[in-house]
Amino acid sequence: MAATKQAVSDVQTLDMGQIELREVNATLQAAPSTNYTQFEILNTRGSHAIAVGLDAEIEVTVIGSTGYYCAGMNKLATVHVTGSVGPGVAENMMSGTVIVDGDASQYAGATAHGGLLVIKGNASSRCGISMKGIDIVVHGNIGHMSAFMAQSGNLVVLGDAGDALGDSLYEARLFVRGSVKSLGADCIEKDMRPEHIEILADLLTRAGADAKPEEFKRYGSARKLYHFNVDHADEY
Amino acid sequence: MNDTPQTLPRQSWTFSNEVNAEIRRAAHTGIYDIRGGGAKRRVPHFDDLLFLGASMSRYPLEGYREKCETGVTLGTRFAKKPIELKIPITIAGMSFGSLSGPAKEALGRGASLAGTSTTTGDGGMTEEERGHSEKLVYQYLPSRYGMNPDDLRRADAIEVVVGQGAKPGGGGMLLGQKITERVAGMRNLPVGIDQRSACRHPDWTGPDDLEIKILELREITNWEKPIYIKVGGARPYYDVALSVKAGADVIVLDGMQGGTAATQDVFIENVGTPTLACIRPAVKALQDLGMHRKVQLVVSGGIRTGADVAKALALGADAVSIGTAALVALGDNDPKWEQDYRALGTTTGAYDDWHEGRDPAGITTQDPELMARLDPIEAGRRLRNYLNVLTLECQTLARACGKSHVHNLEPEDLVALTIEAAAMAQVPLAGTDWIPGKGGF
Repeated sequence: MAATKQAVSDVQTLDMGQIELREVNATLQAAPSTNYTQFEILNTRGSHAIAVGLDAEIEVTVIGSTGYYCAGMNKLATVHVTGSVGPGVAENMMSGTVIVDGDASQYAGATAHGGLLVIKGNASSRCGISMKGIDIVVHGNIGHMSAFMAQSGNLVVLGDAGDALGDSLYEARLFVRGSVKSLGADCIEKDMRPEHIEILADLLTRAGADAKPEEFKRYGSARKLYHFNVDHADEY
Repeated sequence: MNDTPQTLPRQSWTFSNEVNAEIRRAAHTGIYDIRGGGAKRRVPHFDDLLFLGASMSRYPLEGYREKCETGVTLGTRFAKKPIELKIPITIAGMSFGSLSGPAKEALGRGASLAGTSTTTGDGGMTEEERGHSEKLVYQYLPSRYGMNPDDLRRADAIEVVVGQGAKPGGGGMLLGQKITERVAGMRNLPVGIDQRSACRHPDWTGPDDLEIKILELREITNWEKPIYIKVGGARPYYDVALSVKAGADVIVLDGMQGGTAATQDVFIENVGTPTLACIRPAVKALQDLGMHRKVQLVVSGGIRTGADVAKALALGADAVSIGTAALVALGDNDPKWEQDYRALGTTTGAYDDWHEGRDPAGITTQDPELMARLDPIEAGRRLRNYLNVLTLECQTLARACGKSHVHNLEPEDLVALTIEAAAMAQVPLAGTDWIPGKGGF
């Protein structure tokens, strides 16, 4: 009879002062075949591609700040970064949760298909670019060209948004509490209906955000650019 | 009766009937022409080169008795699992969406029978393709439609697409009529809307970023998969050098005759450089970095015959890739559909409105009735036969030059028929020892 797998309550420490990136990721990626469910990563020193390609319901705490693509293509795992993250955090995430206590550089949550990305600080430009189903909650502000060509999912911003928000937007929903410097092509303000309040309330709760859904405005696609029409060429 | 000699009606070369027709079309519609395929204009090409063959100074190999190897290994630089191919000819990236599911299946069947790889395209990996391709290269494109780590891991190699020969610097557009429920679902977008494919990647810019992106892809896939970088024929010396710097295992270089599913005709015909002009600068970049044969070079764009294959290899490529020719082998632009082509206002050999989804051959369409015209098993066999012929032709020429492996072909085996081809391929003009740009005159 096969032994029943039991979670180990200990936290396995991966010290990047002692081991290479490859070993860190290989250990985390092999987690489904071990009993460990909790990991912490020390001495990250801004390394790139930390905790990428995870595919198990594990909890990873990254102590410090990271370089590019932290938690890239994440599935199922919860990754918590206590510092700030470089470009492309949680890019192409499929599911799971990524929490950043600090700020995020460009392309946070780019092309991600699912899961929840919470940034407690600010996010730089192109936050949520080409997002495909992810939910992103930014407690601070976001930079220019955020949600560019965003396809689906929700982007929630408690602070302000920079220039050209939602340019060439498809079906993603954008919720901004503060000001929007400018809207991009084909992005318009839309009515906040009860179902949107409900979605927003849930996201704010899950992201630990202290804000009321009623304080937000919703932005979405005017859908004028869905079919190429030469009369709309001036929009580009 | 007037006996005065008359001047014959004279058509303008500058304002030809073809040019005037396009002016009238533009004036009527107010929009540029969109089409599929690659450059149709005449540019210097492999036809402008000849092999010298063996003579007093070198001896040939016996055509039916002595071996001429064709195998190639791609991805030997970093990948734990390089790709071993029996022939130096691969199938280029073409998307599900632009092509039908049965067409992708046929490509997989034919390529696998011939011992080579196929490549996905914008729109993700389909079961038809993975299931029938023994070796499958998964493209990593700016749109990231359908991109996911599971498919990344079940691919045999990953191709980061920076550009393509038909439109270096351009993105794409799949028109709404081809966006069925299945295509839309794979791309996370509504059914029936035009779907734009971005011209640059959303989360990196430049070779320094790309180096980090490739690190991430390798970390996700346990450093097993060869990573290709595909570039359009623009600045081949620098594009190849920077691809090496970014960490490529393999570089795919696509000249302007390389096809696309759809883009503006003005783009296809006026941006990029001919395949012939790309190869030597690319090889020089690899040689300057000491990486020739260590980072493999795959050349595409207008490869049609075994002679084209042999000439590309002689100029320094490790392999070639075919797209348009593979579609023709499946049945694209077949004369048996002439009546249907005429109904669409075109003719066999000229049909290029692949984006409209009304392909009589059932290849570049999502229409169930048209798709059913292509039998993937039979079409796969045709592709296998064609790939075999390309290989046999290439071997024939290599043996004639005394080579026991097609990779032993070299520029010294070639001469050029035109000054332009001599300059681009950096081989002598036939009957002279003159290579334009290399002195001697």
